[in-house]
Amino acid sequence: MIEIIVLLILLILGYGFGSYREKRHYQSILEREEQLRHIMLFESRFPPDIKTSGDAQLVQGNVVISADYFKIFVAGLRKLVGGRLRSYESLLDRGRREAILRMKEQANKAGASKIFNVKFETSSISKGEQNTLGSIEVLVYGSALS
Amino acid sequence: MLLSNMEIIPQRKINKHLGLVQGSTVRAKHVGKDILAGFKNILGGELVAYTELMTEARDEATQRMVEQAESIGANAVLNVRFATSSVAQGAAELFAYGTAVVLEPERGVSEPTATPTSE
Repeated sequence: MIEIIVLLILLILGYGFGSYREKRHYQSILEREEQLRHIMLFESRFPPDIKTSGDAQLVQGNVVISADYFKIFVAGLRKLVGGRLRSYESLLDRGRREAILRMKEQANKAGASKIFNVKFETSSISKGEQNTLGSIEVLVYGSALS
Repeated sequence: MLLSNMEIIPQRKINKHLGLVQGSTVRAKHVGKDILAGFKNILGGELVAYTELMTEARDEATQRMVEQAESIGANAVLNVRFATSSVAQGAAELFAYGTAVVLEPERGVSEPTATPTSE
């Protein structure tokens, strides 16, 4: 009985805080994306033949993000039948967009307007209980040019 | 020291190629931070302490790579790549590698990365 109550409290806490923070985070991501839209990202290995000035500088952004209890629980249920784990998709999306924004902020501070050779890397730095999703690190880096 | 993950630098010539340089560090988390992160696994969201830890560790790996490049007389490291691997439960290795080169000096300027020029 007590176990069920604890589980319910954890689920409610996870859902409440998790979805509130996700909403807030998306709001701030959208605002900052608008502010930094003038910085262009390119995945090409070589800069195109356009006028650039100054030297390249390595810029990077990283974020470690973790899922809330509710998301882990829902994903656990979803795993029984398979298919899309929507609760984790939004988590990775947020992490990646946040990392891009941090990289763009760094480039902005250095006075650059373009970032070339953008590379992404995602790694799981710790596992949760029973091998569930723990914390995930997203790293993005590239060369900034003005 | 100029760092870039491109293979060339626009408008600069590579005078000498000095080969691969690398730097790595293995870091473990602090128990206190780990317990706090456990709470965050219930509430979700960013783990700021971990983000800082990873940034710090990656800077250290980069620093070691730069030291190696300096010791062989390079003035730039091109094609820089990062890799992260979890070597044991609670410990991660951060690895940075790149190609050390000697770039042709810029006209009149000895330290190219010191002041970003904007027009």
